[in-house]
Amino acid sequence: MLLLVAGAAAHAQDARLLNVSFDPTRELYKEVDAAFSAKWKRDTGQDLKVTSSHAGSGKQSRAVQDGLEADVVTLALAWDIDVLADHGLLPKSWQSRLPQQSTPYTSTVVFLVRKGNPKHIHDWPDLVKDDVQVITPNPKTSGGARWNFLAAWGWAQRQPGGTPASARAFVTRLYRHVPVLDAGARGATQTFAQRGIGDVLIAWESEALQTRQELGADKFEIVAPSLSILAEPPVAVVDRNVDKHGSRKPAEAYLRFLYSGEGQELAAKYFYRPRDPAVVARHAGQFVNVHTFTLAETFGDWRATQATYFADGGIFDQISEAPR
Amino acid sequence: MNRRHTLPGFGLSLGVTISWLSLIVLLPLAALAFRVAEQPWDAWWGLLRQRRVLLALQLSFGGAVLAAFIDVVLGMLLAWVLVRYRFPWRRLCDALIDLPFALPTAVAGIALTALYVPDGWLGRWLAVLGVQVAYTRLGVLMAMVFVGLPFAVRTLQPVLESLEADVEEAAWTLGASRWQRFHRVVLPVLTPALLTGFAMALARAVGEYGSVIFISGNLPMRTEIVPLLIVQKIDGGGDIAPAAMLGACMLLLSLLALLSVHGLQRWSGRWREVR
Repeated sequence: MLLLVAGAAAHAQDARLLNVSFDPTRELYKEVDAAFSAKWKRDTGQDLKVTSSHAGSGKQSRAVQDGLEADVVTLALAWDIDVLADHGLLPKSWQSRLPQQSTPYTSTVVFLVRKGNPKHIHDWPDLVKDDVQVITPNPKTSGGARWNFLAAWGWAQRQPGGTPASARAFVTRLYRHVPVLDAGARGATQTFAQRGIGDVLIAWESEALQTRQELGADKFEIVAPSLSILAEPPVAVVDRNVDKHGSRKPAEAYLRFLYSGEGQELAAKYFYRPRDPAVVARHAGQFVNVHTFTLAETFGDWRATQATYFADGGIFDQISEAPR
Repeated sequence: MNRRHTLPGFGLSLGVTISWLSLIVLLPLAALAFRVAEQPWDAWWGLLRQRRVLLALQLSFGGAVLAAFIDVVLGMLLAWVLVRYRFPWRRLCDALIDLPFALPTAVAGIALTALYVPDGWLGRWLAVLGVQVAYTRLGVLMAMVFVGLPFAVRTLQPVLESLEADVEEAAWTLGASRWQRFHRVVLPVLTPALLTGFAMALARAVGEYGSVIFISGNLPMRTEIVPLLIVQKIDGGGDIAPAAMLGACMLLLSLLALLSVHGLQRWSGRWREVR
């Protein structure tokens, strides 16, 4: 951390860029950073050293708030960047500065089950059957897990006759089937895949596809629920820091690169859903076929969602503390 | 300053000591104290009234006290064997004691979890007996015992080494039984070191985060430790005050625990002199 801060504070002439990102984008940004540096060198002749740092989205946001000098942030949810705007690091209207609400790639929430799907899990209601154990990380510490929570809630609320009350009842039952609440998405994946705990992992599609690729398609199957949420991890330039470093140009170009053909191809390569329809069409085969709803049409914006569901004493805390 | 010191420069060295102590220990703690000083009483009351917070405090401190007890008992056995007996690989065993010091806590946590999950090496056999360690309070205790053990062993070892066997032999020739020799001759000498080991193991277990969160399962109202609650409050992106208040509570309770152990030490020392 200190090294990164020291690195970011170095002189602008040996051009550097620090991207503070969240946990499951490690592999994606490793390649994006290399590809973008090469492109920058071709276009401007300047050597550019791009570094990406990864940890839980909330932790990373807190670090930037506390003075980690990120030029760009690429986090799991808009709230983690809204907080930075509240601290005056960038304008509150940051999300309208780039196309698609500043979300160059998306994902959705799916189920990963063991080979042969022994517990016959096909949709959300199957997760609350008596003998099913569900693995999902802790929404209090994992940005990805908040999308998982909202996917389950949104599905329940959108059923015929569904209400916020029925959604709350379903989600309360769901979390009673969770034997372990890992702090982050990667931890939950390891608990499920390597420790053999649980019957189903609620995960981002990108994480599920990558797990299958790394640990063998013969061990796991991906199940698409009837309805899920479109997870939108946004990106932004941190104005105060780029102005201090004089790195606004490369920082803006870096984020635009994510929207370019090359960047979109890399997103697809690492199992994130590209925004560009042409790139989507080329990779259509690898993604799960699932109907999605957006956060905006079901819950509103992240600021309100965070306050209602995940803040101290919010709905998730109430659910956790309810007598069993 | 008329007393003759062996080494000159007492004033200077005391100054250096105090300023370093202030800079490294007291300053961060003072920052925390200032952070929470402006909180109104009802904010404290609201926080400490929550059952979830109370349960976490109970697990953190109750678990740590229990773990420290287990550590001093196990530590005494280990130290005794290492000091009093000569056996092959003794030096290797001695070196292994320090491993929990050196191991990154996350590694320890992952390793312990892998051992104790229902289909792990140890968990498999415990499952037959109907005992589950991973993702229960028992798992939290195991992790706390693991990280505290070296403290207990390392504080007892030097005392045992300096305890001559001839004192015990004298007691034996005077007709003391085994139990009397242990309880009247060995134990009183060990008491201060036992208490020091206990205090250190306790302090380490209370503040332990890395290894515990892997094996605890972090289930609200069941296996959440206070440091995890603090991290949750920080990661939410909102106001940091509740996290700071919980931190202050932990500090206060730890201080009280350490002071009472210290008091016990002085009391046991006096008690021995009177006899």
